[in-house]
Amino acid sequence: MTSVFWSADVEVSVNFFRRILFIVVFGFNVPFGHAALTIEITEGVESAVPIAVVPFASQNAPVNISAVVNADLERSGFFKMMSEQGMPGRPSTAAEVNFKDWQTLGQNYLVIGQVSDVGGGQYNVQFQLLDVYKGGQLLGYRMASSADDLRRTAHHISDLIFEKLTGKKGVFSGRIAYITTNNQGSKEQSQQLQVADADGFNPQTVASSVEPLMSPSWSPDGKKVAYVSFERKSAAIYVQTLATGERTRVAEYPGINGAPAWSPDGTKLALTLSKDGSPDIYVLDLSTRSLNKLTKSFAIDTEPSWSPDGSSIVFTSDRGGKPQIYSVPSQGGQEKRLTFSGDYNARASFSPDGKNLVMVHGNGNDYRIAVMDMATRSINVLTSGRSDESPSFAPNGTMILYASKKGRTGFLSAVTLDGKMQQKLVFNSGEVREPSWAP
Amino acid sequence: MKLNKTLLAFAIGTLLLSACSDDEKDASLTDGTQNTASGINDASTSGLNKGSGAYGSEMDGSGMNGISSGNGDYASTLGPEFNDPNNPLSKRTVYFMLDSSQVMPDFVPVIAAHAKYLVANPSQRITLEGHADERGSREYNIALGEQRAKSVSSMMKIQGVSENQLEIVSYGEEKPKAFGSDESAWEQNRRVEIVYQAR
Repeated sequence: MTSVFWSADVEVSVNFFRRILFIVVFGFNVPFGHAALTIEITEGVESAVPIAVVPFASQNAPVNISAVVNADLERSGFFKMMSEQGMPGRPSTAAEVNFKDWQTLGQNYLVIGQVSDVGGGQYNVQFQLLDVYKGGQLLGYRMASSADDLRRTAHHISDLIFEKLTGKKGVFSGRIAYITTNNQGSKEQSQQLQVADADGFNPQTVASSVEPLMSPSWSPDGKKVAYVSFERKSAAIYVQTLATGERTRVAEYPGINGAPAWSPDGTKLALTLSKDGSPDIYVLDLSTRSLNKLTKSFAIDTEPSWSPDGSSIVFTSDRGGKPQIYSVPSQGGQEKRLTFSGDYNARASFSPDGKNLVMVHGNGNDYRIAVMDMATRSINVLTSGRSDESPSFAPNGTMILYASKKGRTGFLSAVTLDGKMQQKLVFNSGEVREPSWAP
Repeated sequence: MKLNKTLLAFAIGTLLLSACSDDEKDASLTDGTQNTASGINDASTSGLNKGSGAYGSEMDGSGMNGISSGNGDYASTLGPEFNDPNNPLSKRTVYFMLDSSQVMPDFVPVIAAHAKYLVANPSQRITLEGHADERGSREYNIALGEQRAKSVSSMMKIQGVSENQLEIVSYGEEKPKAFGSDESAWEQNRRVEIVYQAR
């Protein structure tokens, strides 16, 4: 929902419309489940912009809005957050702000606000983003929110601040999909495809099976997820509408049915089938159900992913002996190898602007997340785990979500595109993997 | 009151979502091979807006060793030779080297024994389940597991086993036999399991 209403660029007229919708959406939303993930910052950045988020006044609300905003902005890697203890005061209105105090403390920006209980489980949330040096307001909003939607309201505030200060759309209101295992190793073991807020809160199960579930891929409009399920004791690809749970089996050929990837225009799925022998890349037209076979090698070809303009598809192939990244025009044509550094490069996908390719980069026993600059072809390794996999770009291209492992526990982490800021999303327990950031 | 509000929220949510879907061009998606309820085994799905998805079940950290994949192996019911440790038919797992689908010499007699049994019992069917260790990407490991299962399959076919006695499925790294991130766990997981089906 969020992406639909908040996707437009900021313009006065659009803004007015969005504000109306905002209140409608936030006023009547469904209660969500409990938080199962928490965030842990594992690395910091020196060059970030100093900003102080002052605890909002009258915080009798069930969610600490300013704390959520503080955490969102911190893990974006763009900001250096001021600790609460060091603050010279707790202003909640612009009139109460002494800009000189904050200038002396080296702060560039200030966020202040108030939350007021208007009764009936409804709250008014008001915030202002202030420029400490110019002494003026950059943003000011008043929003209505039900108690259940206060976290979402907080994420929306983070998005507005992030966009104002970086010029890039915020991703804090977004959602992620991932696979988790319950009761691992026991007879009751089951796998869930879940969708949660971008910070891991409000997880909801959208599919559950005792057999493996794999490879969730969002439709470009964020309304559907394609995934692989072994529930019929062999692999099949399903497309499921999130709002209703209704789904369609779109591929169940003999052998592998894997790695679905939505075309940018939402009309096709690239996928891997091995019905003719070795695994090859195909494009399935979702309305006509016709299949176009793109690769014909005798080697493994898998893990297709579209370029943002839809013109080409990158994929993993071991036709040269070891897995490397190749590309092929999405209508079929000349295949060419893209990676030459390292003896294991797999599961590549493009950044939203098409300038970078993120992938799993193996070196000896270590598998890490790396980014290749498409212009220079240089590869930058971003993570330091031993078993990092399944990288997925945030829709604004500033962060990459990936799966990592420590001992038996699989968890999700995010890293900024420059590798300088890492955050770990910790599940209560159990195995979490294959994250996919909603568009 | 609470219920009414939830219903209202759902109604509005549905309204907004259906309003948004008007411009979708892929409406034919739902006209295709829609699952019947009976066609879905052991799986369930739910809509996001139903609010019933609250997720609060505690996970059990114990019992991590040994996995019951419930693969329905009927071999032990077929005869004493399948349970006799001195008989190669008692061995129903073939192991592989890293990133390789080549059958190691140790397992050639095991595959031969099963091939011989299958030739003598042409109505018996087996599933060859390909698996991989956890390293590397998951879909690539699915492909690797399938290559391993196909290596075993083609050796059996050369020895006279009929194509329709053999079924192949690759689970990649999704169904580990051993948990852990060390060589001893990895080598147990790079495998093909020969699973006898019920006759």
